[in-house]
This record gives sequence, structure tokens and C-alpha cells, in this order.
Amino acid sequence: MAAPAVELDEHLFRHEAGRMVAALIRIFGVHNLALAEDVVQDAFCRALEVWKFRGVPENPSAWLMATAKHRAIDVLRRERTARTFAPELSRFLESEWTLSPAVHELFETNAIQDDELRMMFSCCHPRLGEPAQIALILHILCGFSVGEVAAAFLSGNAAIEKRITRAKKVLAGSKRLFELTEKDFSTRLSAVQRALYLLFNEGYHGASAESAVRAELCGEALRLAGLLCRHPLASTPATLALGALMCLHAARLPGRVDASGDLHSLLEQDRSRWDIELMAEGQRLLDLSATGTELTEYHIEAAIANVHARAGSAAETDWQRIVSLYEMLLAIRPSPVVALNRAIAMAQHKGPERGLEAMRAIEGVDRLARYPFYPAALGELELRSGRPEAAHGYFRAALALARNTMERRFLERRIAACQANGCGMGGLDEKRTPESQVQEL
Amino acid sequence: MSEFLFLYRGGDSSASPEEMQQTMHKWMTWMKELGDSGHLKAIGNPLEPAGKVVKGSQKTITDGPYAEAKDLVGGYTLINAKDLAEAAELSKGCPIFETGGFVEVRPIMQINM
Repeated sequence: MAAPAVELDEHLFRHEAGRMVAALIRIFGVHNLALAEDVVQDAFCRALEVWKFRGVPENPSAWLMATAKHRAIDVLRRERTARTFAPELSRFLESEWTLSPAVHELFETNAIQDDELRMMFSCCHPRLGEPAQIALILHILCGFSVGEVAAAFLSGNAAIEKRITRAKKVLAGSKRLFELTEKDFSTRLSAVQRALYLLFNEGYHGASAESAVRAELCGEALRLAGLLCRHPLASTPATLALGALMCLHAARLPGRVDASGDLHSLLEQDRSRWDIELMAEGQRLLDLSATGTELTEYHIEAAIANVHARAGSAAETDWQRIVSLYEMLLAIRPSPVVALNRAIAMAQHKGPERGLEAMRAIEGVDRLARYPFYPAALGELELRSGRPEAAHGYFRAALALARNTMERRFLERRIAACQANGCGMGGLDEKRTPESQVQEL
Repeated sequence: MSEFLFLYRGGDSSASPEEMQQTMHKWMTWMKELGDSGHLKAIGNPLEPAGKVVKGSQKTITDGPYAEAKDLVGGYTLINAKDLAEAAELSKGCPIFETGGFVEVRPIMQINM
């Protein structure tokens, strides 16, 4: 006989875990988070046992949801005298007549989408710091185990375990889920946007060496931002701009790391590898975000990414526009990293000496002390100004700060370039505009 | 060709969703390989962990499972192989070993009338 075909969406379990747990917490109440997690684990165990013999069902998501739903009904029947569940649902859950229809209704697709959003907002509890919010979102809504969260943040299991346990306590102690109609909705929405933004950034710029981990974090952030963008209350201009910036950046991911695992800066990327569909989606969202009066940092970052997306090459890029966009961003969110980016754009626009000038003028530059791409950028501009010896020193300093193999290899290539330029001979390889190696930030 | 029974015993299920999906993928790939190479007689079935045990002249019924979780039969498959050695060799591809379980390989008794 032939075994059933192997067909399953990548990360299906992970995504369904988030959806199921969100639906179950809605029914069981946030204080029964652990019970909800057990039911989800149970559903996966069943799927694993059954599917390996029978093959993946036609609609695997529906199969998992139905399994979780039936298990939830069992739990409610068995434990309704011993436990309290979601207080607002208690009158439905107490009667045998309404229990099952109520649970079925709560497992409808639309209901689950709302549950995921409620959960996302609940994870961004003001008593939790941003790292805890992000860890909780990854754990609950993206089905990451403690070990997987730790790997994503290059952190120890024990530290992440502690962070997640504490965050869960805060969540369970909040008594009920955040409702999307509450009066502090917009405050909480900004916290959610910020958490998703940081999650995306961790994937895009973070220190995780493995490109697979990076892409997964970006993918999760994109998926969750998509939920926000599709919800009538949550899809504010800022949300749409956030969605746009994620799409426009994620579109470039395939060009960032080549087949041999080497990191490429924005300027030297093979632009034919960029994802056209994501780029189009980003531009669509950016157009939609251009309403209202509020200009957020997400708008500006998306606009910068869009200038790059529209340019056929680094040389064809409208650097003047990028410099002015970074200046707008600095006004909203002053930060040495933004200032560094502005300086790099300035070097592209007006030449390396002007770039170096801008770099030396960065306020709070000491906050970049451990950031390898600060000395690396200085090195690039020195190299381009015909001072390979100075450049060499900066690249060595950058190498000492490198956080992973990919960064180390990138910087070693730059050191070799300084040596090829004869360290002191002043010769420059014109074809290889050295500052095009500056890591995009 | 002779027939053999693979009994899948034990195996840890405390993994993350991503790991479980990967485990399942491995199982399905392995089963497919067995099928493609003509060794799969019948894919078999998973078994519920809980059951009843009926015992003794009194036919007393008690709740299963009667084995420790690490030995519990979780499912079975019927395999075609040339001999017991080949069947045992085939079982080595089973992903159950990665989650701490094991495979019991039993020849189906041949009756030559």
C-alpha cells in the first residue's frame, strides 16, 4: 500500500497554537491559561498520532480546531463545578442546553480572529516591560516554546523561562482579557504596535545568527500586524504604516543573505531577489496609511523603505529624500541609531567627508559603543576617503563587537578590502564603492 | 516475503508545536518511503492510550493502560520484509527514536498447510 501524501503548510502548528489558545482562553478565562495550553497540547498530540497513520486531513486547521473544541466541551462539563471559567460566559456554560452551541459559536473563524487580537492586546499589559510583552506574544500567540524564544533572542533558557512565567502571572492576574472597545484602546494599541515593531526588528536587525530564525520572527510579526490591519478598530493610519514598513523591509530579506550565508548591505544587494509581491503589498498599505493628520515614525520608516524599493539600484536612489526623511524621524524619535543612518545617507548624497562630519556630530554617540556597525560605518567612510589605515583600525574595532558569524564574516571581508587597498597606498577600487558595504541599519 | 508487525511504544510528546509538526513530517516521510519501497503491507492505526483490561477466570474488568507510559503501545503497522533482520533494519528509520520511544518488531506467524 502507499502511505498518505505529505502536505502541510510550514509553521501550521505554530500558528494554529496561537489561534486555539486565544479561543480557549476566551472560553476558560485568562486565569485558566495553563488549562488552555494543556488542551492545545492535547490537540496536537492527537493530530500527530492520527495524521501519521491517516495522512493530513483536507482542512488541517479545521481538524485541529474541532479537536480543541470537543476537548474544551469535555473540560467544561467535567470541571464546571470545580472551577470558574470566563465570568462573562458563565450563564452560557452553566446550562447543558447552551454550553455546546456557545462553544461552537466561540470557535467560529471571525470569533477566533477577535480572540487573537484580544490576546495580543492583553499580552501588552502596561505592567510588563517590552521584552516581556514580546516574549509573551511569541510564546502564546506564535506557539514558541521557552527554548525557541530563548534562541530567537540569543538568551539563556532560564532567563526567558523566568520572564515568561512572570508575564503569565501578570496576565492571569489581570482577571479578564483586554476588550477592544475599552477607553484606553488607543494607548494599548500603540503598545501593541510597538511590540510588533520590536519583534520585527529583532528578526531583521537582531543579533540572532541564523537567518532562518530571523525570517521566522519577521514572518510572525508580519502575520500579527496583518491581523491588526484587517480589524476595523485597529487599522489606524499608524497600524497601516507599520504593516507597510514590515512588508517593504521583509521584501528585501531574500537579498540580505546570499546562498553561502553571507550578509549583504542594502547597497550591494541583488535587487532582483527582492520579493515583488511583498513590495506591492507594502506600497498598498503605505498609500492607505496616508490619511488623517498624524505622522508617525512608522510612516517615515515606511517612506524610507519605499524610496529604496522604488530605486533600481543604490546609485539611482533619491538620497536627498532619504536624508530629509531621517531628519524628520530624528525630530520624532531622536536616537543615535537614526542619526547614524542619516549620516550614512548623507555620505551617499554628498560624499564621505560630509558623512564623517555627520557621524562625528551624532548626539549620544556613546550609546553606540557596543554596536559593531558604528565603527564599521566609520571604517567604510574612511576607506572611501582614501585612508585605508584608519579604516582598518575601525573595522578591527567593529570585528571585536560582532555578535554572530555572519557579522564577523562581513567585517573580515571589509578588513581584507582595506589590505587590498594597500593600507596607506591610498588606492581605491572604484568599481567597489566601499561605502556601499555599510551595513544598512 | 514475510510479514512483520511494528509496535510503536512510548515516545515523549512534550514538544513545542513547531517540533511536533517536524516530528509528524518525519513520520509521514518515513511511512511514504516504506510505501514507495514496497515494504508497507498496511499502514495500521494509532491506539487510544486509555482502555480496559479483562483478566482472570472472573473476567474482572479494570481500567487500562496496564503498562508504564514509556512502554505503552501507541500504534502499529504491518510490514513486508524478507526476514526479521531486514524488518528490524527498516524500523531504524522510525522517528520514534528521536522522542525516546522504541519499536517492537514481531514476525507474523507463517502457517504452511
